[in-house]
Amino acid sequence: MSHSTTRAFDQARAEGRAALVGYLPAGFPDVAGGIDAIKVMVENGCDAIEVGLPYSDPVMDGPTIQAAAQQALEQGVRTRDVLRTVEAVAATGAPTLVMTYWNPVERYGVDRFAADLASAGGAGLITPDLVPDEATGWIAAADAHDLDKVFLVSPSSTDARLAMTTAACRGFVYATAVMGVTGARESTSELAAPLVERTKKVTDLPVAVGLGVSNGDQAAEVARHADGVIVGSAFVRVLLDAPDRTTGLEALADLTRDLADGVRRA
Amino acid sequence: MTATTQAGDGTFGRFGGRMMPEALMAALDELTVAWQDAMADPAFTGEFERMLREYAGTPSLLYDATKLSELAGARILLKREDLNHTGAHKIRNVLGQALLTKRMGKTRVIAETGAGQHGVATATAAAYLGLDCVVYMGEVDTERQALNVARMQLLGAEVIAVKSGSRTLKDAINEAIRDWVATVDHTAYVFGTAAGPHPFPSLVKSFCRGIGDEARAQCLELTGALPDAVTACVGGGSNAIGLFAGFVDDPSVRLVGFEAGGEGFPGPRHAATISAGEYGVLHGARTFVLQDDDGQTVESHSISAGLDYPGVGPEHAFLAESGRGEYRPVTDAEAMDAFALLSRTEGIIPAIESAHAVAGTLALAKEVPGSTLLVNLSGRGDKDMGTAVEYFGLGKADQ
Repeated sequence: MSHSTTRAFDQARAEGRAALVGYLPAGFPDVAGGIDAIKVMVENGCDAIEVGLPYSDPVMDGPTIQAAAQQALEQGVRTRDVLRTVEAVAATGAPTLVMTYWNPVERYGVDRFAADLASAGGAGLITPDLVPDEATGWIAAADAHDLDKVFLVSPSSTDARLAMTTAACRGFVYATAVMGVTGARESTSELAAPLVERTKKVTDLPVAVGLGVSNGDQAAEVARHADGVIVGSAFVRVLLDAPDRTTGLEALADLTRDLADGVRRA
Repeated sequence: MTATTQAGDGTFGRFGGRMMPEALMAALDELTVAWQDAMADPAFTGEFERMLREYAGTPSLLYDATKLSELAGARILLKREDLNHTGAHKIRNVLGQALLTKRMGKTRVIAETGAGQHGVATATAAAYLGLDCVVYMGEVDTERQALNVARMQLLGAEVIAVKSGSRTLKDAINEAIRDWVATVDHTAYVFGTAAGPHPFPSLVKSFCRGIGDEARAQCLELTGALPDAVTACVGGGSNAIGLFAGFVDDPSVRLVGFEAGGEGFPGPRHAATISAGEYGVLHGARTFVLQDDDGQTVESHSISAGLDYPGVGPEHAFLAESGRGEYRPVTDAEAMDAFALLSRTEGIIPAIESAHAVAGTLALAKEVPGSTLLVNLSGRGDKDMGTAVEYFGLGKADQ
């Protein structure tokens, strides 16, 4: 059976709603605690999961995710812990991707990473600093191991790049709603809807919108035009702000339910 | 076809490319086209040359260092980039990039800086050309280099202390990239070295290659022949690639780069990226990177802030792998010995970065006695007095 994220989007579409995709970095607050947290997100309404691979130089991330990744690295999280997290999360049945900057994959060995990700039950990779132009090795490895290739499109992408990028994707297309890094924002971006529209003109794949969504109302707004709503920093934030783990997991459950309700309200 | 000719996508063999977020691809394309167009326009190149001549003080001298030569047993020629305005070769790069920024109709420049030299140079060019300027600097560095923070502020730049990661140069670059992703419509990123995503390695080289072109003509005029080797220090590699560009097509001329060997190479604390030879990705390019088994960037170490960087320009990685260039580590101690020696023998206080090149060249002279070795003295040592006071225990007058 394919582990592709397509399953989650198909199911959401069948229910007449957008999918909710949740992100947390692996190893945050520690490996076991991170797995527990992601399971809470799945139990409370995330349709698919992105497990972040903490990296020393995360140029696309704002302060919230940087802080979590740094905490994970300081605790000694390793690439194999990320794969361990994927295995535990994928066992819940939710399609589970890894979101990673490229160097750790290159270092691990691109084909070896693809093989180990596939055997952990992972769905594929989201690659914020790898564009298809540079991805020959990854595309071959992903195809060989039946994995999703999720590349990003941006409001600044030309039509030609939108066509090229979406043609290289499998699973879904990640549309970055703002010109900027990850992080919760006060209001949703007016750049999201036109980007989704332009992207949908050149692909039949689901288009999910990320960057800036932090509550159910914003999720509902984004879900009006997108096939999926991606939330990361807001989940990290509630864990960072919680006085202890139990409270953190409760807050995480509340936020997930709010967002899951949002994608059903659109 | 020369050894360093690159493909249209900015790759040098298996190095280079654009390992960057999609959000910046349009801007990098725009920059590439604007730069290529500018370099083909005599109005642009003429203005750039005029600024270099009338404002930066180039061509810099080629100095026949006879006393040092006597000690070394080889003829040593110093390319005096330390005499340029702002004290280093870096003014060439920033004037080129700032002029290009104006041509592109952008009003704001951002830059990263380690010790502050590139930040000061960028702030200078921004003041000269009337651009807004924001400089990102690791918090650790703002404390170590408070005088340079003051210089940038005096020149009208805003200096932002970066508190993420290791709070040093690599994190300042990360933060500048994050700024650029959000401001790319009106902002140009004035990158400080010949590294990063295409077109930066080639663009920075094009603005720094005056070093090599001038040196080649000056050496022919002075000695009637080409040098046996040209040498430079390599951090990211802008001064070295600028020098090498003038000689890469002369097969008889060795291209020798000296990396920061820190407390000793091999060892845990150095910045000798090419010597360590670990292939990877950093700040937008495939190159050699100091990294651990999981591909996490490892902090570099050097007594010289300008060489204290865990990556290196992709063209240097290519030159090393192809064998056209040679790269060797020079330790902190060797560099500081050369720093003192050049000061005493020639009355020239070099930047500690450049002292690495002097030290490496003195060692090279022993291997090829009687040869002619042309060293890029990329910067002057005023900024390094604090380090020198501490290292040598100076600063107290005799009673």
